[in-house]
Amino acid sequence: MNRALSQRATPYWLTGPALLVFLGLVVIPLAMTVLLSFYDWGQYKGIVPEFTLKNFHEIFTDSYFFEIFLRTFRIAVLVTLFCMLIGVPEAYILNRMSPAWRGICLLAIIGPLLVSVVARTLGWALLLGSTGLVNQGLMAAGLIRAPLEFMFTETGVVVALIHVLIPFMILAVWASLQRLDPQIENAALSLGAGRLTIWRRVILPQIVPGMLSGGIIVFALAASAFASPAIIGGRRLKVASTLAYDEFLNTLNWPLGAAVAVLLLAALVAITVGSNRLIERRYAQVFE
Amino acid sequence: MSHLVLEGLGKSYGSAVAVEGLDLSVERGEFVSLLGPSGCGKTTTLQMIAGFVPVDRGRILLDGGDLVAVPPNKRGLGIVFQSYALFPHMTVAQNIAFGLEMRGIDKAERETRTLEAMALVGLKGFADRYPRRMSGGQQQRVALARALVIKPALLLLDEPLSNLDAKLREEMQSELRQIQRSIGTTTILVTHDQHEAMALSDRIVLMNQGRVEQIGAPDAVYGKPASAFVASFLGKTNVLRGTGDGSGAVSIGAFSLPIAGAGAGPVQLAVRPERLSLAAAGASGFEVRVTSRVFQGAHWLLTADSAAGPLILMRHNDGQPVPAEGETVTLSFAPSDAALLAPGDAR
Repeated sequence: MNRALSQRATPYWLTGPALLVFLGLVVIPLAMTVLLSFYDWGQYKGIVPEFTLKNFHEIFTDSYFFEIFLRTFRIAVLVTLFCMLIGVPEAYILNRMSPAWRGICLLAIIGPLLVSVVARTLGWALLLGSTGLVNQGLMAAGLIRAPLEFMFTETGVVVALIHVLIPFMILAVWASLQRLDPQIENAALSLGAGRLTIWRRVILPQIVPGMLSGGIIVFALAASAFASPAIIGGRRLKVASTLAYDEFLNTLNWPLGAAVAVLLLAALVAITVGSNRLIERRYAQVFE
Repeated sequence: MSHLVLEGLGKSYGSAVAVEGLDLSVERGEFVSLLGPSGCGKTTTLQMIAGFVPVDRGRILLDGGDLVAVPPNKRGLGIVFQSYALFPHMTVAQNIAFGLEMRGIDKAERETRTLEAMALVGLKGFADRYPRRMSGGQQQRVALARALVIKPALLLLDEPLSNLDAKLREEMQSELRQIQRSIGTTTILVTHDQHEAMALSDRIVLMNQGRVEQIGAPDAVYGKPASAFVASFLGKTNVLRGTGDGSGAVSIGAFSLPIAGAGAGPVQLAVRPERLSLAAAGASGFEVRVTSRVFQGAHWLLTADSAAGPLILMRHNDGQPVPAEGETVTLSFAPSDAALLAPGDAR
């Protein structure tokens, strides 16, 4: 009896430490942020610990916040879409390469992840600035007259984020490509299907799980990205994460910053879980 | 003109020759097996016929037309893969109908033909099942139905039964043969399993190191192996060393028999264990000493030493006395039971 009891307790003892770390580093700070978002704040009184919906009311009624959230969402959607458009064919090509070439190309793909976010983004700023290499090159080639505006534009942020986040898409899709039967394309070919049909009818449906998990990672990281929008977007082109940062550190309105962060988190969870459900139901048979 | 003709077919990977100078004619409705050890080029040959591997040398003629330049999705051949390669995101019916869909056949006809194909392979009632929820044997039937429903000019089978357990494999063998007979589709099977090849095919193409060793009906190839490789690959065999006298006779010790085509000097004869018999008292034969005796139910398996080399022989469990270990007996065999192996082919 006693022994059975202690055996039943073993899993709890074993998972205990990790659980404590998770609790201490994730759950408690999050709970405190949520709590903080319901506190009051005033220019002269600072943070007042009393329950109010003022912060959320402000965010929902002020078009300034709406615009920022819309921009965040737009950037995240565009980045996810382009990562899929570029990443899926890239993963497919990668999967068909000889092992030696695949190793080199994998390194090139994962490369951006190995460089510090700040260094990489500053590099982008140098490259894309109005006197940067890209603009000078295009002007020298006579393709454009005035420099293209990358810096402090959404386009610039999207381009930089795609570069940073595409490895997640490629790796996720590649993993599901590796699970494909190597003869499956030949099977479809022998039944009379052309290359395009094989892609659309046979390969694509089977790598939907990979595209979905890659898409969720890319979307979540793009929507909550900080460094790239901060450096390339600058102070004026704000997204949700830079907005929260500014509220915390510049305006010192911690409760409002917390409310922004909480809303961003809630929206991300709702969108990723929702799309996950939707796609899992649509492609139920490949998710077994 | 034969239905399918392979002419001097060859394929190299870099400096490694996978298939060389393969000539083969297959008649309409025939069931031909490409048999050989792994790496003998049988799968490469099948893939060249299917169009998945480009042909380096030679021609593939189907009803007189050259297939080499035809892309694989225009060849109209039915293929069953070793891994079955079913589409996991489609139901059984969708899998089978895929080829018909690609041919632009309308929905009503697609449905009737899919149901027919499912009935043919014994899968009635499985239309809405997903492959993942089926056993290996059932998946195999789906793969077969998917390949047959398009009424292919050729049915190509790439080790289709190797992933099944022994009992199921035997069942599928006889069923496969029966289905092939009933629809009369010319079939080419690739296998490394000699029993499968012998049980299923009208003719066997025995391959080794990219070359054809022998082509013939299973019993002919088994009974008259053209080379030591064929003799040793197909079933158990004894290679007996004898001496030819140059006038068509071969002697093993005191035992002498006429063998057509035997030259002068050392020759090698392949004789199957079940064709070696105990010589009647006083009849001519050669002496062997039995070294071991293993009972196997329907027969005894004996190993023996002789002047012609070590050999194995089989005695049916027919109630007659069986030589004991250490006993010396006299063996003989009929000239028609011996196959003369090509000189210099010693192994």
